[in-house]
Amino acid sequence: MSLRIEAAQLGHLLEVIRNAGYDLLGPTVRDGAIAIDRISQLSDLPQGITDEQEKGLYRLRTQASPSYFGFSAPAQTFRRFLQPPTQTIFWASRDTPGGPLRMRSGSNVDSKLAFIGVKACDLAAIGVHDVVFGCDPNPQRPAADPLIKDQLYGMRRENLLIIATECGQAGSTCFCASMNTGPEIEAGYDLRITEFVDGEHWMLIDAGSEQGDTLLSHLAGRPASEDDLTTREQLLERTRRSMGRSLDTRNLPQQLARSFDSPAWEDIAERCLSCANCTLSCPTCFCTDIEDATDITGRTAIRTQRWDSCFNKEISWLHGGQVRKSTASRYRQWLTHKLSTWHDQFGSSGCVGCGRCITWCPVGIDITEEAARLTAGTEASS
Amino acid sequence: MTGRDSVDGLWAPQALRIANKVQESTDVFSFELELEQSFDIRPGQFNMLYAFGKGEVPISMSAGPPTTTRLVHTIRNVGKITTDICAREPGEEIELRGPFGNTWPLESALGGDVVIVAGGIGLAPMRPVIQALLANLEQYRRISVVCGARSPYELIFREDVEEWSARRDLDFHATVDIAPRGWTGTVGVVTSVIEQLSFEPQRTTVMTCGPEIMMRFTADAFCDRGVPAESIFLSMERNMKCAVGFCGHCMYGPHIICRDGPVFRYSRLRDLLHIREL
Ligand code: SF4
Ligand code: SF4
Ligand code: FES
Repeated sequence: MSLRIEAAQLGHLLEVIRNAGYDLLGPTVRDGAIAIDRISQLSDLPQGITDEQEKGLYRLRTQASPSYFGFSAPAQTFRRFLQPPTQTIFWASRDTPGGPLRMRSGSNVDSKLAFIGVKACDLAAIGVHDVVFGCDPNPQRPAADPLIKDQLYGMRRENLLIIATECGQAGSTCFCASMNTGPEIEAGYDLRITEFVDGEHWMLIDAGSEQGDTLLSHLAGRPASEDDLTTREQLLERTRRSMGRSLDTRNLPQQLARSFDSPAWEDIAERCLSCANCTLSCPTCFCTDIEDATDITGRTAIRTQRWDSCFNKEISWLHGGQVRKSTASRYRQWLTHKLSTWHDQFGSSGCVGCGRCITWCPVGIDITEEAARLTAGTEASS
Repeated sequence: MTGRDSVDGLWAPQALRIANKVQESTDVFSFELELEQSFDIRPGQFNMLYAFGKGEVPISMSAGPPTTTRLVHTIRNVGKITTDICAREPGEEIELRGPFGNTWPLESALGGDVVIVAGGIGLAPMRPVIQALLANLEQYRRISVVCGARSPYELIFREDVEEWSARRDLDFHATVDIAPRGWTGTVGVVTSVIEQLSFEPQRTTVMTCGPEIMMRFTADAFCDRGVPAESIFLSMERNMKCAVGFCGHCMYGPHIICRDGPVFRYSRLRDLLHIREL
């Protein structure tokens, strides 16, 4: 059931969530961009702020509308809170050289996280990571080994409360509609908020879980009317029509699978700096490096996990050399993985259409343009 | 795994005592590790061997069939991690976690001809297969083994090789690129030996492990002789960090080698092996 509430109730919701013992994280303005950070009160949210995004361009603007969620994909994603950029896997020590190892865990998960302002694309990205890390609550296909799951991710994910928000407007680098991940949010949330500013400032809230139901019971509102629900449909339709980008995904994985020898990769490589910005901004990227080291006494060893990127040279190290030496081969790995081989590996696309890699690429390489160009090539030749 | 403070079992190595160490060639060593409890590892699978504070390397099991008391790994000393491990002596320990990956198709090969082609240290992951085949000879038809190395000095498992070449129930060939005086085996690349093997193509399973280029030529040679690509199996190698499909290091086009492999049918690799820098 949908509840219609006044926007002012949102502050109360934040309070209820925090009182329930959650560490609340959500969008907030920092250094001229929307970052994801701790939300203590309503004024931490980017009220009246919207963004402009284009190839290699990101800018915030104030707008007349008092909306709290009137921006598109934030500069940061929620990824870092479920899979931190750096985390200690273990400490191992031995008292004598060659003696027995004593192991101790390096990272604790003791807080319950709540995310607010999770956009459709970012919610889909969490679903993608659930599959990658063996934590999919409803596996589509049997896992190779159901016991293999990323424990630290799983512990954070297990207690996670998700308050998703539907977009009332898409950005010019957005293409979630093409990727079938938005703008409508259908599942995977505890609460779903749709915000409206039409003379009045109000919200529709839906619960998608028992925790969501409980939270909802604390809010004063009235059941949504047919009209309210129609208003939501219209809003989503407007959002769908305002998508700045699109990508034709019909046969895309198959076509890209045939594109590995295309000369287009060399052409992209002339522009690509191999800077890894795209992978760092992407909400579905998951590659990590493992680093083993000892302290100065040599008796304590530490294993650290860090975000890695297919644009880094060490990632493909084999027998004293790199497999992917050229920028062309690295960009090819990035794009074909997102849009083609992800399907083989995990049963879905690895791209949720958030557009961040387009916005944050310093030279303005656009994944939708490149994919379209590459597949136009294969079609012509096949 | 209890409590929230415990180390994720996926990452925690266990220590095994070295019972025996064998020098196989100038820079290759085999370690026999004592097992206190059963360790269910099968031919084709690998463990991540840990050098304290230095890192891990994926190493296949190199002898079998698995017994409850010994686990054997054969390692080439090529970098700082393997140098650390290769320097260890009996009585000391090796820490490892595993097993990971899939297995050689010993079962689907039942009843047919089997050909094993190993190049260099690629013989290490193949030895448990050869041992398993020899232990169940009556369940297979003709069994052939081709073992290539740059020179006889790089041929590992000398004792086994001698024993295998003396057997009448095994069609065994050792071939080297460069032969010193006194070498009685074949000289030349493995593919030249493949031309002389006898097998019934439609009923043959091929398993090969070695440098990528060698495996590719080997697979093509068998395809040319009529063996279906689905019946040819290759063991792939890429950089590995997690061994469970989480870190993205071992991606090979549509495959995640640690999770989906390391053993793949040639039909799943043929279109990929010619792609450069994949
Ligand atoms: S590939 Fe680009 S558009 Fe797709 S999810 Fe990643 S950052 Fe977003
Ligand atoms: S595509 Fe753009 S963001 Fe990605 S590595 Fe190349 S230059 Fe950097
Ligand atoms: S080694 Fe980490 S994904 Fe294969």
